Amino acid sequence: MKHYLNVENLVCGYSNSFNLKEICFGIKQGAFAGIIGPNGSGKTTLFRGIAGDLGVKSGSIQLNNTNLGKIQLKEKAQKIAVVTQYTEITDMTVEEYVLMGRTPYRPRFQFFESKNDVQIAERYLKLTNTYPLRHKPMTELSGGEQQLAAIARALTQEPELLLLDEPTSHLDITHQVQILNLIQQLNHDLKLTVLLIIHDLNMASEYCDFLIMMKNGAIHAIGNPSEVLNYRTIEEVYQTVVITRENPVSKKPVVFLVSEKVLNEQREKTKPKD
Amino acid sequence: MNSRLIKWIIYIVSLIILVIVAILVSLSTGETDIELKEIPGIIKSGEGIEYSILTAIRFPRIVLAFAIGGALSLTGAILQGIYRNPLVEPYTLGISGGAALGVAIVIVLGLHLTISSAVLPLAGFTGSMVTIFAVYFLSLKKGAININRMLLIGVMISFIASSGMMFLMSITSSENLHGIVFWMMGSLDEPNKLLIRTMFFSALGGLLIAYLFARPLNALRLGEEKARHLGINTNVTLRILFIVASLLTGFCVAVAGVIGFVGLVIPHIMRNITGSDYRILLGSSFLGGSFFLIISDIIARTIISPNELPIGVITGIVGGLVFIIVLARTGLKSKIS
Repeated sequence: MKHYLNVENLVCGYSNSFNLKEICFGIKQGAFAGIIGPNGSGKTTLFRGIAGDLGVKSGSIQLNNTNLGKIQLKEKAQKIAVVTQYTEITDMTVEEYVLMGRTPYRPRFQFFESKNDVQIAERYLKLTNTYPLRHKPMTELSGGEQQLAAIARALTQEPELLLLDEPTSHLDITHQVQILNLIQQLNHDLKLTVLLIIHDLNMASEYCDFLIMMKNGAIHAIGNPSEVLNYRTIEEVYQTVVITRENPVSKKPVVFLVSEKVLNEQREKTKPKD
Repeated sequence: MNSRLIKWIIYIVSLIILVIVAILVSLSTGETDIELKEIPGIIKSGEGIEYSILTAIRFPRIVLAFAIGGALSLTGAILQGIYRNPLVEPYTLGISGGAALGVAIVIVLGLHLTISSAVLPLAGFTGSMVTIFAVYFLSLKKGAININRMLLIGVMISFIASSGMMFLMSITSSENLHGIVFWMMGSLDEPNKLLIRTMFFSALGGLLIAYLFARPLNALRLGEEKARHLGINTNVTLRILFIVASLLTGFCVAVAGVIGFVGLVIPHIMRNITGSDYRILLGSSFLGGSFFLIISDIIARTIISPNELPIGVITGIVGGLVFIIVLARTGLKSKIS
């Protein structure tokens, strides 16, 4: 099967310490894929490798059969947009910030934004509900609003692939759901391929249609949520006892944690009496 | 969008007016006061003492003040953009320290007397270039520039250079001492027309090149990594901007000695007035720096007339005070990114 994003035998990482172990996977166009795994499993390394922040040591990353290492940064920025965990503190207004997304399209000697640039920025400001905030400086926005503005900026790049590094990690559930719903809507309406790092297994299960579970710099399990999120795999990767059930509405797997105290009590109860 | 463009035009036009006013005031003040309305007549007549005062003494100084003020301030704005640190200026990188050391060596060895006085700016320029390359290559790490490293190395080289200067000053004779000290404090008294012309055109050239990088500089406000995500080749951008900034500083120090604070204070004030968008900041910083140095030169020439204060003293005091006032009024809110 032809994949949109193809990662083949990818090794990348930090000089001597941590490296990925020949990662291979493919993502179909229009997929909503999530990278999950415990801290230090290589999620961020893989993400940074694909985003181009870390050099590829061996193997390749292909987008539509083109090796990412061979295309210019500018062209790449027209295809891939990246939203990192924290938005940079900047005194730009939200509108200026979102307009930065047009940078990869601007010819060298074009000094001002074109009408088209402004219209595109406006469209995504409205889509992300940040239009009313457009004249505010980024520094005055709440965490959730900043994340929405960052997504608006990424969309203004009109990418084919959207990479997000834990877009909801420091937000309350209202904003978590709001942002993931928005990404889901974009994924559906704009046929945008999405690849994100996500910590919360239940969120991953609910929203992603494809999961990559990492452990010690390698892929441990890969597939749709019901294939990946079973208690055996999770216990192997996270070294934690969990129980999985099916969400009664969405039919996706749900992961439950059980505290040690309750676990011990359970063991006491089920211990055969002699 | 359009209202912003109008605002920018207003800023630039008002700065140009300020610069013109400063130039006119500077032309008419000095040891012999020349009335403004007499100037066109004197120029037209093409002779007399007042004519030569205007064309041979005051005008070259004004051109030099314009170019050096603009270049130093522009360099400050560029460096602050590269380092994303509002306290960086040409001198933080150790460039001026290296230049001053080069000049001091020449003075101590007496080369400016035996060969030609043109050796002095040459030594300043060589000194700054050596520093630049040292800072540049020492801060390379696996082919990429490490910004924090560069800053630290710059500061260290500054210290080494100033210690070297102290050493030279302690072993040299008192008449040489005067030359070194004067260089350290900066002076716009430059008789060489060619140097003035070179300075003028390199300042304008620097401004032009900087403007080609206005968009990458804006993207860098988000951080190096994010600029790269936006398709900016940050390695090339940082390299070229660093070289431009260093060359400009090297020229300035070679021609006028160490004139501090312009590159720190003016861009900072401009960020508060015009905002941090580099499309306006580069131009407004240049003009602001020109204005500031022309005014400083007027003060330096008149305050203890007929003697002249080193201009570095004026820019240091005025600049430092203005900086403190601005900081006290706006709080320690960083305006850099």
